[in-house]
Amino acid sequence: MTPPASGPGLGATTALETAAAVRAGERSARQVVEEALAAVTARDGELNAFLSIGADRARAQAEAVDAAVAAGDDPGPLAGVPVALKDNLCTRGWDTTCGSRILEGWRPPYDATVVVRLRDAGAVALGKTNMDEFAMGSSTENSAFGPTRNPRHGGKVPGGSSGGSAAAVAAGFTPLGLGSDTGGSIRQPAALCGVVGMKPTYGRVSRYGLVAFASSLDQIGPFAATVEDAAVLFDVLAGHDPLDSTSLPTPAEPVLARLHEGVAGVRVGLCRDLVDGCAPDVVARVREAADALAAAGALVEEISVPEFGFGLSAYYLIAPAEASSNLARYDGVRYGLRVEGEDAAAMNAATRTAGFGPEVKRRIMLGTYALSAGYYDAYYAQAQRVRTLVMQAFARAYESVDILLGATAPTTAFDIGAKVDDPMAMYVNDVCTIPSNLSGHPAVSVPFGAGDDGLPVGVQVLAPALDEALLFRVARVVEAHAPALAERAARS
Amino acid sequence: MTDRSDSERDAEWEMVVGLEVHCELATATKLFCGCRNAFGDEPNVNICPVCLGLPGALPVLNEQAVELAMRIGAALHCEIRPSVFARKNYFYPDQAKDYQISQYDLPLNADGWLELPDGTRIGVTRAHMEEDTGKLSHVGASGRINAAEHALVDYNRSGVPLVEIVSEPDMRSAAQARAYASELRGILVATGASDGRMEEGSMRVDANVSVRPAGSDRFGTRCEVKNLNSLRSLGRAIEFEAARQIGVIEGGGTVEQQTRHWDESAGRTEPLRSKEEANDYRYFPEPDLVPLAPDPAWQERVHAGLGPMPADRRAALSEALGGSPSTAETDQIRAVVDLGLDGLIAAAVDAGAPVALALARAANEVAAGGEAALDLDPAAFSELLALEAGGRLSATQSKAVLGALLERGGGDPAALAAEMGFEALGADTLGAVLDQVIGENADAWARFVDGDDKVQGFFTGQVMKATSGKANGREVAAELHRRRQAASAT
Ligand SMILES: [Zn+2]
Repeated sequence: MTPPASGPGLGATTALETAAAVRAGERSARQVVEEALAAVTARDGELNAFLSIGADRARAQAEAVDAAVAAGDDPGPLAGVPVALKDNLCTRGWDTTCGSRILEGWRPPYDATVVVRLRDAGAVALGKTNMDEFAMGSSTENSAFGPTRNPRHGGKVPGGSSGGSAAAVAAGFTPLGLGSDTGGSIRQPAALCGVVGMKPTYGRVSRYGLVAFASSLDQIGPFAATVEDAAVLFDVLAGHDPLDSTSLPTPAEPVLARLHEGVAGVRVGLCRDLVDGCAPDVVARVREAADALAAAGALVEEISVPEFGFGLSAYYLIAPAEASSNLARYDGVRYGLRVEGEDAAAMNAATRTAGFGPEVKRRIMLGTYALSAGYYDAYYAQAQRVRTLVMQAFARAYESVDILLGATAPTTAFDIGAKVDDPMAMYVNDVCTIPSNLSGHPAVSVPFGAGDDGLPVGVQVLAPALDEALLFRVARVVEAHAPALAERAARS
Repeated sequence: MTDRSDSERDAEWEMVVGLEVHCELATATKLFCGCRNAFGDEPNVNICPVCLGLPGALPVLNEQAVELAMRIGAALHCEIRPSVFARKNYFYPDQAKDYQISQYDLPLNADGWLELPDGTRIGVTRAHMEEDTGKLSHVGASGRINAAEHALVDYNRSGVPLVEIVSEPDMRSAAQARAYASELRGILVATGASDGRMEEGSMRVDANVSVRPAGSDRFGTRCEVKNLNSLRSLGRAIEFEAARQIGVIEGGGTVEQQTRHWDESAGRTEPLRSKEEANDYRYFPEPDLVPLAPDPAWQERVHAGLGPMPADRRAALSEALGGSPSTAETDQIRAVVDLGLDGLIAAAVDAGAPVALALARAANEVAAGGEAALDLDPAAFSELLALEAGGRLSATQSKAVLGALLERGGGDPAALAAEMGFEALGADTLGAVLDQVIGENADAWARFVDGDDKVQGFFTGQVMKATSGKANGREVAAELHRRRQAASAT
């Protein structure tokens, strides 16, 4: 077995350290960017984390940061920090493919709100990362542009759908990454790659410029090597955006300021329904994390939220239903791929047949069916009722605890190719992450040692809506007690 | 089959009509983005990621559109309710997202009514908000879809706010349907929600038509007739479609539920698609928007802010005429209110013009000015009527000056009259002209003095000829009678 590569943070510079050095004029942003570009050049041929690198614009952005520093202006909290952007985030004049042939070569005329916020914070967009086509998948194998390899083990998947961003951070290409999480697409790859991945409260981060998969579930969130870096990135992303009607109007409270307040007295519910069915080594790590929290002063109890078990089925109706509508616009009329046909309808069909991969087609058909006359009530409406049940179950759970704890993914990273022909086996990867998408609540995956195979395990921390501050505090304590990856691997 | 007269046939069948009216709201910007909402601009200038349906773009609801939609609801006596936007999914090249954001099971306005000028109440099922599509034009030798080489899409209209007003199937004749559409148009204009122009597509009418045996309380199978671009087409299409359905049934057939296209030049409806071919729109709540629930205070403001509706304005004019207008005046009142010219009349009357005169000039000469009528300066109109009422301009002259005012889009009526050579003749001049005319026509004058009124016109004509039409007919008549009396007395 290939020994795992060394983890991020081991001697690597964090985003906060980099920003501090750039702000102090100790390092130039340009130099930071050149180092990141060199690292990508050296290793990404093997990993395929990036679909495109914006070297020239990254250099220009870095120089602007350096100029601001030289002029004595505030270059922002992420001054000169390279960031990897999932390729479903619109970047003005820069290819945004969503991992799909149908959008190959499409250059948006506008930037996503998060891209603007990053730039305003001094961060430098380095590249666009690989993903499952239109974010549909849990392994990044559904990309039209080839799979991404897990930096911890080249034969394993990085998880998905934001596998490219998770891999970029895990490989140390960039200290920060952005992903989107519809059913676990940030948290699951974070767990499989051994980095921190967080899904904010629905509406906390603007979706404007995020190419939609399932609008009522999609949420953009941070990847980082450390909880602290994820927190600072979250603070940059969070806040109201008038361009997104579902963006929450309440001001975002900075989470970084309260990150180190500890967990004394915090009631933590170890959720049986978020560990049952997971591999024994994963379950063991989650229990160790619970013990660590208890040792740090949290009040840990086991609780059960059986409704979580319905989440997967509801999700695989709601998400495809919304996707079937969201993806209708790829019709060959105005942008992206066009395959000519006899008339407009034939052109639509030929374009979509050629442009979409099998998983996207599967979900469009599933969703179209679920919304069809005569089936709507049995499928889509029923799934929405289940969604309400899950939300009510969360509300009940949060009457007795402040935080829920569980696994992020049922297993460590699996072999590339192992599940591509078995959609159901692939879908089950999201079973622990889906409930938070259905409820719109925040959750984070924190690396916590390794499984029996030496590959990273992620522990998932879940919080009520808008309680990101507490979420990050607890995550920080989990992280502080996490066994090092290499140490775990040696023991197994 | 025996031949029967139309009236016999009409007595056996009853037509049932319901109308679906799409009204473009006169907002400054589109329904879900900040692009200009304007008709007639160069193609594809008022566009952005949102109305182009680009990946990642999101809709944000336009508050002014909600306000105007609520005004329509209030004017149609609807209940304003919490509502939800839905997606109506279907593929069409002019539809940027391949779904339309529309209200479905929870419309903003529901359960209202509209009263026709004859007092009939037509139920309004709902008046909901939705976005317009882009505009497709087929390019090719013949301009017909099937022969087109390619098509072009203009997205200026994509995302323009619409309110769709759906009536109950309460109309029983083409005339009633026309009256409904006409009255609704007046209401839409009165609320400020729309300019109501059918020719420009800012008001689009589809008719659901069915027939049933007279006296039956069950509905027949209906057909939806589209492409009705004027009130005239609406009337003709409904007449044709009802007759067609009666023909089908009397011929032993059954009416098939269809969407049909009105061909104006051929004067007939043609099938577009049948029920089997109809789309399954797969409606579901639009996840990119939050539910819309205007608070009671806002609703109150909308109700309080509504100006007088056409019915109120007709009543006001009728009242000003003394309460019992003649049939001709009633028609004039309807015409001026339909055209929005009653404000012009009110201004003139306030300035002292006689109501009947103002009504007549507005309903005839001003109305004939078409588009220009709406731009006519009320002050100029009032001043002109004062000149006419004061005898300083003859009716003929007044109409001519009015025509010039409309043509030029305004001006000073007195100056215009002078420019046209219409300044009233001084009494001295008229006297001198009359002296000359009477002197040259002594025989005719003698007959007139003897009481032969028929020659009065001859003298008036001679005076007009001598003065190149500048004389005021009434003044000429008065002077002729004064002189006859004087001559008889001697
Ligand atoms: Zn726009």
